[in-house]
Amino acid sequence: MSLQEFFAMGGYAFYVWTAYGICFVVLLANIILPIIQRKRLLRHLALKQKRHNL
Amino acid sequence: MFLIPDPVGRFFHRMASPPHFYALTEKLMPWLVGIFLILLACGLYGGLYLAPPDYQQGDSYRIIYIHVPSAWMSLFIYIVMAVTGAIGLVWRIKLAEIVAISSASVGASFTFIALVTGSLWGKPMWGTWWVWDARLTSELVLLFLYLGVIGLYNAIDDKRTASKAVAILALVGVVNIPIIHYSVEWWSTLHQGPTVTKMDKPSIHVTMLVPLLLMAVAFKFYYVIAMLQRARLELLQRERTANWVKKLLTEPTP
Repeated sequence: MSLQEFFAMGGYAFYVWTAYGICFVVLLANIILPIIQRKRLLRHLALKQKRHNL
Repeated sequence: MFLIPDPVGRFFHRMASPPHFYALTEKLMPWLVGIFLILLACGLYGGLYLAPPDYQQGDSYRIIYIHVPSAWMSLFIYIVMAVTGAIGLVWRIKLAEIVAISSASVGASFTFIALVTGSLWGKPMWGTWWVWDARLTSELVLLFLYLGVIGLYNAIDDKRTASKAVAILALVGVVNIPIIHYSVEWWSTLHQGPTVTKMDKPSIHVTMLVPLLLMAVAFKFYYVIAMLQRARLELLQRERTANWVKKLLTEPTP
């Protein structure tokens, strides 16, 4: 099977790759967003504690 | 309340303590991600490349490898959410409340993926994006239940109260779970019947089945990873004034 054939998915390329693409984006967002938010919260709390100690 | 004298009780008590949970999940994370990525790679390779095209549906059936595990996860996570919600409701264990609400967003995502990928599969196979039949409608109701849980939790400022309200909503919604599962048997529907859970006469070839099961296990690991990440954030938000968080801030963390 050539690479071109693989990506063509027997003519169903649009449906198959859109499905996998949406799945990938949604699942990635579910991991990345809480990590970003937690890092931001930690920075915020650290800053507040520093100010408090001054 | 009664004391916890036995070692098993002590173990659970220690596990449920927020600082211990926060540190443990950090240590576990690389292992969970590693196992998940290996399973995912094997599942995708088997499903997209090794498995032959379906004799009726051609290559379009390959959507099965994300559609079916997502649909399974949407039900599984709902049950986890309802059970941990009930535990939080009865024993007031903070960590159970946090696991319950952290599961909601992951569950909603899997429900959304199941619906969208199903739609993308239905268009070329059934000729329509959507039909209001029992399976599709009950899965849509599941999405609304998840969104209701998230919305209700965010609407109540006191998070202990919010967790109580959310647990009750989640428990009431459990009635939808058997409806979704048996919908393809109880009502005539466009959605195909179960292929995998007919153990006596499986209607799926082993080269197609193995990648599907690999993806199902991979998604289980994904759920644990995503839920724990959400739980760590939720825990910090709730415990922001606790001593262990203050100590965490003074230590340089990666």
